[in-house]
Amino acid sequence: MLTKLFLLIGITLMYSTPLIFGGLGGVISERSGVINIGIEGMMTIGAFVGACVGYYTENPWLGLLAAGAAGGLIALLHAVASITFKADQTISGIAINLLGSGVSLFLCRLFFEGATMSKPVPHKLPKIFGSHVSNNLLKNINVDVTVVLALVCAILLWFVLYKTKWGLRIRSVGEHPAAADTLGINVTLTRYVCVILSGVFAGVGGASMTLAIISNFTPTAISGQGFIALAAVIFGKWSPHGVYGACILFGFAQALTVLLGGGNFVVPSEILSMLPYILTIVILILFVGKSSAPKADGVPYEKGSR
Amino acid sequence: MQKIANILKKQITSTIIAIIFGFIVAAIILAATGYSPADAFTAMFEGIFSRPKYISNVIIKSTPIILTGLSVAFAFKTGLFNMGAEGQYIMSSVFATIVGIKLDLPPVLQIPMVILAGVFAGAVYGAVVGYLKARFGIHEVITSIMLNWVALYFSNFIVSLKTFHQPNSTATFTVNESSFTTILHKWKVSPEGIAWLKEHPTIMDVLLKTDVNIGIIVAIIMVIVISILLNRTTKGYELKAVGFNKDAAEFAGINVKKNILHSMIIAGAIAGLAGALSVTGVQPHRISTMAAFENYGFNGLSVALIAANSPIGCLFAGLLFAGLLYGGQSIQSTIGAPSEVINIMIGTIVFFVALTRIVPVLADKLAKRGEKHAH
Repeated sequence: MLTKLFLLIGITLMYSTPLIFGGLGGVISERSGVINIGIEGMMTIGAFVGACVGYYTENPWLGLLAAGAAGGLIALLHAVASITFKADQTISGIAINLLGSGVSLFLCRLFFEGATMSKPVPHKLPKIFGSHVSNNLLKNINVDVTVVLALVCAILLWFVLYKTKWGLRIRSVGEHPAAADTLGINVTLTRYVCVILSGVFAGVGGASMTLAIISNFTPTAISGQGFIALAAVIFGKWSPHGVYGACILFGFAQALTVLLGGGNFVVPSEILSMLPYILTIVILILFVGKSSAPKADGVPYEKGSR
Repeated sequence: MQKIANILKKQITSTIIAIIFGFIVAAIILAATGYSPADAFTAMFEGIFSRPKYISNVIIKSTPIILTGLSVAFAFKTGLFNMGAEGQYIMSSVFATIVGIKLDLPPVLQIPMVILAGVFAGAVYGAVVGYLKARFGIHEVITSIMLNWVALYFSNFIVSLKTFHQPNSTATFTVNESSFTTILHKWKVSPEGIAWLKEHPTIMDVLLKTDVNIGIIVAIIMVIVISILLNRTTKGYELKAVGFNKDAAEFAGINVKKNILHSMIIAGAIAGLAGALSVTGVQPHRISTMAAFENYGFNGLSVALIAANSPIGCLFAGLLFAGLLYGGQSIQSTIGAPSEVINIMIGTIVFFVALTRIVPVLADKLAKRGEKHAH
C-alpha cells in the first residue's frame, strides 16, 4: 500500500515538473503585463537544445543551462514584438510556438543526420537519492533533481513577487503601468526582463523533459505541456503557488491514470486518459470560477496614455 | 506622402510585407545552412504549380484549414479565442465516421446526414466551451485546451471499439461509399471512365490521382455566408458588439451570455464542417488512432491570423498555407534541406503579421507629417 502511495507521489511529481516550469514562466511574464501564449514553443526549443547540448558535451547540466538560454533567446523575440513594437501579443505568441517547433526540428535534422529524433544523452540529470537505491520505497520517490529545482523556483518566484521591491515593481507594471511609470519604474525594462525570464523557465521546463524524464528529443517530447501550463496559469490565478498547485493536481490526475491503467481496471485506457483534462474542467466549475488576469495583461504600454 | 500612407494603411499591404519577410528569413536560414535558397524555392514552386495534380492537391489540402481558419476568425471577430477548433474538428470527424459506417442510404440523403452529424458534433463541442464561459466565466482558452485532449482520446476510444475497428489496422472501417463527396468517384474508375480519361491525360492526372471533392466549393460558400452574417445582419452586429465591448453591448440591451454561446456554436459548426468534409471527401475516408494532434485546428489559427480575421482572407491564407506545406515537401525531396524550413517560414510570417499591425499606425504618423509639411 505504502509502495503504491509512494509510486503515486513519484509519478505525480515527474509529470508535473515540466508543467511547473512552464507555468512559472507564464506567471512572471503575465504578471508584468505581457501575455505569453508561446510557452509551448519555448519549451520545445529548450527540450531540443537541452538534449542536443547534453548529447554533444556529455554534461546534462550544461544542457539544462543552454536550454534556459535558448528559451530566453526566443522569448527575446516575443519581448521585442510585444513590448517595443507593441504588437498583438497573442499573435506573436502563436508565432513563437510555430517557430519553436520549426526551428527545433530543422536543427535536429541538421545535427542528427536528418532524423527528427536526437540520440539519447549519455548522462541524464541525477535523481535525488542517486542512481543506486535498493530500498523499494525510496526507489519509488527517487525523483529527478528537476523536481526539487521546480519547487525551489516556485518558492523563489513567490518570494520575489510578494516579498521584495522588485516583485512589487513587476506587479505594479502588470496592473497599472502608467502609475508605475510616474513612480520612476522602467516599464519597458521590467517587462523585457520578465518576458526573457519566462523563456528561461520554459526552456528549462522543456529540458527537464528531455534530460530527466526521457533522454532524447523527439517531435512529440513537448506535445501540449506548454498549453497545459498556460491553462495552469489561469487556473492558479496568476500566482506561483497557485500554478504550482494546479500543475501538481494535473500531474496527480495523470499519475492516477497511469496507475489505474496498469491494473485490470474496467474502464478502457482511452477513457482513463481523459481524466486529467475533465477533472481540470470540473474543478474549475466547482471551485475556481472566474479568474481575473492582471489588469494590464496583454495591453502594450504607451507613454502618456491613461 | 498621402498616397503612400493610404497604401500602407491597407491590411493587405502589411500581410504582403509579412509574407515577403517570411521568404527572406527562410532564404537566410537555407543559405546559412549551406543550401541554395533559389533552388529550394524553385523546388517548392514546382511542387505547387508544375503539374495540375499538384495544384489540385493544394486546393484539397487547403479546404479543411480554410474552414478551421474561418471558425477561428469568426470567433475572434466576436471576441472569443477559439483554440478548440482542433477538438471540434476531431469530434466532427468521429461522428461523421460513425454515421458514415452505420448508415447506408442513397447519396442524396447519406451525404447530408453524414455531414450534418459532423457539423452537429462540432457545434455541440463548441457550445460546451461557450456555455462554460457564459455560465461560469471560465476562460475559453482553458476549456478549449482541455477539450482538445478529451476529443483526441475520445477519437482513439471510438477507433478501438469492436463495431468500428478494422482488424489488423490502427483505424476504423471506411465509411460507406454512399457518403463520398469525391467528384465522379464511381465513374472515374469504371471502364468507360478510364477509357475517356485516357484520351484526356490532364484531367486524368487530376481526377484519378487526387481526391477532387466538393469541399472547396462548400468552403467558399461558407466564407461568403459568414461574411454576410458578420457584416450584413443584425445577429452579426450583436455578435461583434459583444466582442468589441461587452459592457456597452449589455447596456444596449444585447444578451451577452446568449451571444457568447451562439458564437461558439457557430464557430464549432464551421470547424465541424471541416472535419466532416475531410471524412467524406478525402482518402482514406475514416479515422485512425492519433498519437498527437494533426493540427487542422491549430493551422486554422495561423490561417486566421494571416487573414487578419477576414473571412475572405481565410480563403487566400488557407491556400497559401496549404501551398507552402505541400510544396515545401519538395524542398526536402529535391535538394535535401529539412522541409521544416517551411514551418519556420510560416512562423516568421505570423510573427511579422503581429509586427506589421503597427504599419497602419506608422502610416498615420507619416500622413500627419505630410500634412505638416504641406502647411
